[in-house]
This record gives sequence, C-alpha cells and structure tokens, in this order.
Amino acid sequence: MKKICLTVVGMYLMLLHAFSQVTKDTSTFKPRKLTLDEVNLVSSYYTQNGDHSAVQGGIGSEKVTDLANGLELKWVGWDAHQRKNTLTAGLGIDLHTAASQAYISKTGASSRTNGTRIYPSLDWTRENEKKGTSLSLGAYYSNEFNYQSIGVSAGGTIKTKHNGEFGLKLSSYFDQVKLIYPSEFEPNSTTTSASGGGEDDHPHYGSSPRQTYTASLSFSQIINTRLQASLLLDVVQQHGYLGLPFHRVYFTDQTDAVERLPSNRFKLPLGLRLNYFLGDKIILRSYYRYYMDNWGVRSHTASLEVPVKITPFFSVSPFYRYYVQTAADYFAPYTQHLKTDTYYTSNYALSAFSSNFFGAGIRLAPPNGVFGTHLSSLEIRYGHYTQTTDLVSDVISLHLQFR
Amino acid sequence: MKKKLFPWCLVALLISGAFTACSPVKEYQKNKLNDSEMSLSSRKVEKNELNFQSYREGAAGANGGKTGGGCGCN
Repeated sequence: MKKICLTVVGMYLMLLHAFSQVTKDTSTFKPRKLTLDEVNLVSSYYTQNGDHSAVQGGIGSEKVTDLANGLELKWVGWDAHQRKNTLTAGLGIDLHTAASQAYISKTGASSRTNGTRIYPSLDWTRENEKKGTSLSLGAYYSNEFNYQSIGVSAGGTIKTKHNGEFGLKLSSYFDQVKLIYPSEFEPNSTTTSASGGGEDDHPHYGSSPRQTYTASLSFSQIINTRLQASLLLDVVQQHGYLGLPFHRVYFTDQTDAVERLPSNRFKLPLGLRLNYFLGDKIILRSYYRYYMDNWGVRSHTASLEVPVKITPFFSVSPFYRYYVQTAADYFAPYTQHLKTDTYYTSNYALSAFSSNFFGAGIRLAPPNGVFGTHLSSLEIRYGHYTQTTDLVSDVISLHLQFR
Repeated sequence: MKKKLFPWCLVALLISGAFTACSPVKEYQKNKLNDSEMSLSSRKVEKNELNFQSYREGAAGANGGKTGGGCGCN
C-alpha cells in the first residue's frame, strides 16, 4: 500500500514539474538565423462607375476596373542579444482600365485606357522584448506609366509599464508626375490625330516632382481584459505638383484649362480605434477619424465591423463605414469656374459629398491549417460603395496566409 | 464658437475617461485581447479598400495606410 502511495505521489510531483511555469534558462539561448515564417497573398478586384470624370472637367464616364495582387514574405530570426528581427519583402502588381483615359485626347480617341502599377517594398524591424522597444526601417518603390515614387521610412515603438505603447514613424515619398497633358495642350498637337491622338504620339514627357513628408504618432492602450484602444495622428506636408496634368477644368465661357492647385498641402488626420470583445463570440471593431487640411477639406469617417465567431476558427464579419467631407476651396463643377480664379479643379474627390460602404467578410483559421495544409488562414471580403456624387463601386478581396 | 467646441470637449472627455479607466491586465488575462480579430490595425484584406478610398476621397491617413504620396491619389 505504501508503495502505491509513494508511486502516486511521485507521479503527481513529476506532472507538477512538467506543467509548472519554469524560468527560461537564458544561458542556453541560441541565435536563430532569419527563416521564412509567413507568406501573405492579397488579391482584389475593384470595379466602379460614375459620371464625373476629372479628365473631362467633371463630366463623363468614371468607369474603372482594377485587379490588384500583392505578395508579402516575412522572415523572422533572433540575434545574439535575443532581439527579434523581422524582414518583410512585398511585391504588388495592379492592372487597371479607366474609360476616362481615352479622353486625354479631346476626341476620346486616346489608345491607352489600361495600365500597370508595380510596387515592391522592404521593411525591417528589430524588437527588443526585454526592453519593450522596437526599431524599424522601410523602403518603397512604385512605378506606373505616369507616376514614379520612391519612399523611405524609419520608426520606433516603446511599451509603457501599464500595457500601453507609443509609436513614431517618419516617412518620405519622393514622386515624379509625368506631364501628360490633354491633347489640346500638347505642343504642336492636333485634336484629331489620325493615330488616336493623346500620349502615345509623344513618348518623351517631362515630369514634375512631388514630395510627401509624414510623421505618424500612435498610442495604444489595453483598457481592460476585453477592451483596447489606439489613438493615431498623422502630420503630413506635401510639396510640388499636387494635381494631375490630364485633369481638365471648363470655365464659365466654355474654354478649358489644366487643373491648377496650390503647391503645398498640409494634412492633419486624427483617428481613434476601439476594439471590444463582447461575450465569447462577438467582437466590436470601431474606428473614427477627423481630417482637416489647408485646402479647406474637413471630413469625418466612422466605421464599425462586427466579427461573429460561429466557431472558434470561423467568423463572419459584417461592416459599415460612413464618410462625409466638405469641398476643397478650389473645387467647382463643370463650367462653374471663373477665369479669374487662381486655383481650380473639377475633381470630384475634392467636392462635398458623403459615402456609404458596407459589406461582409468571412475568415477561416483552423489551428492545423485549412484542410490540414500550410494555409493558416483564409479571408474573403466584399464591399459595396456609394457616393452622393453618384459614384458606385464594388470590391471583392481575398487574403491567404501561409505559415 | 461654444457650439463648435462642445463636440471636441466631449470627445476629449470620452478619450481621457477611457484611457484613465485602465485596469491592470496580466499576460494570462490577455487571451481575448490576443485574438487576431482584436488587432488594433487594419486587416490585410482591407488593404486595397483603403487604397481606392484614398483615390476617391479627399481625406486619407490615421489608419495605418497611405497619407498621400506614393501614388497618383490625393
């Protein structure tokens, strides 16, 4: 009997030891080289229609389709000082068609109505878990027919003692806008070019620079076991050519010109996120943003997404977003601008409007992968967007994550 | 002026109230906060939605996405 008792006590002590929380012996820590940890694929198909094209001065088709594909590879490793290093390489390719591009030629005969945008990126983060700090660097490039961009960023985060985290990120974009003017403003142009007119007849365009400098400040805080929040502030200064050279404006006397906007823009968006886990199955993801700039645009954005966990690994997420803005000081519709105006645009993105965006997504993330494969999560999301300018669009997106 | 200031005071009060009402949360109490859908950033699947919104709307930023630059958008 004594033997049985001692055996049971011995087994209990062994189990207790096996499941007890032991302090990690850091002397046995070995650095780990960067290894591929995660692969993300995001694809979207976007389609829109409207009748306020900026290319025709605020009238005409805004029909656009866009197929966007992004691949992101993430490598993770630990150095000799137990700092976590993450290297993320991304490559995006967008293929789009835009009906309005045909009207860069006055007759609507421009042959280029589609385009490709390629944008690789590289980000590196070093995280010191002991100190609760991280540092990051990034480099970005984007190229499409009428636009090139080079971007760099540097940032850091620091955790507070009370489950909070401050973040600061500085980024700069150095862009070049190719000066593709409407055909009637091209040197020696004929508006009825036999070969279609527009940009294809003029392969050597000049370009104009645009710089964007952003300081992004963030503070996130765990409020209790179910609620966390973050406050986001971007301070943005842009210089250079801030319009697009193929956007027309028609004056009250029916004559036209290329849109003209100030060469400086200061933007100040302030956002607040609040996420709350309600019960065991419902999450409330809320977001609000106030935006202002020195062009006179003021806007409010509010959104709510409600992921409902049908099972612990499958959720359905309906969402709704409301947006409203005032017009920029320089906006007026077709044939409403005066020739005496200093600045003028008929781009409806700078008009006064409100928009509604709603839809739903599904997410599947079983612990052993989808169908037992390396596909760790699968998300599909659809959204329908309407503006009071009559612009309507639909977007469907797919996100696959492999681990 | 008073009317303009009122909503801002209300927002400031709500934010400061929320942040000061923090209760200490231990690591083992973070199972709900660590759920991937509780993340305080935009979802990856939203990336292209934020992109088209920055083209079609006058405002951008404060959401982890673009603030201008890098594309022919606003």
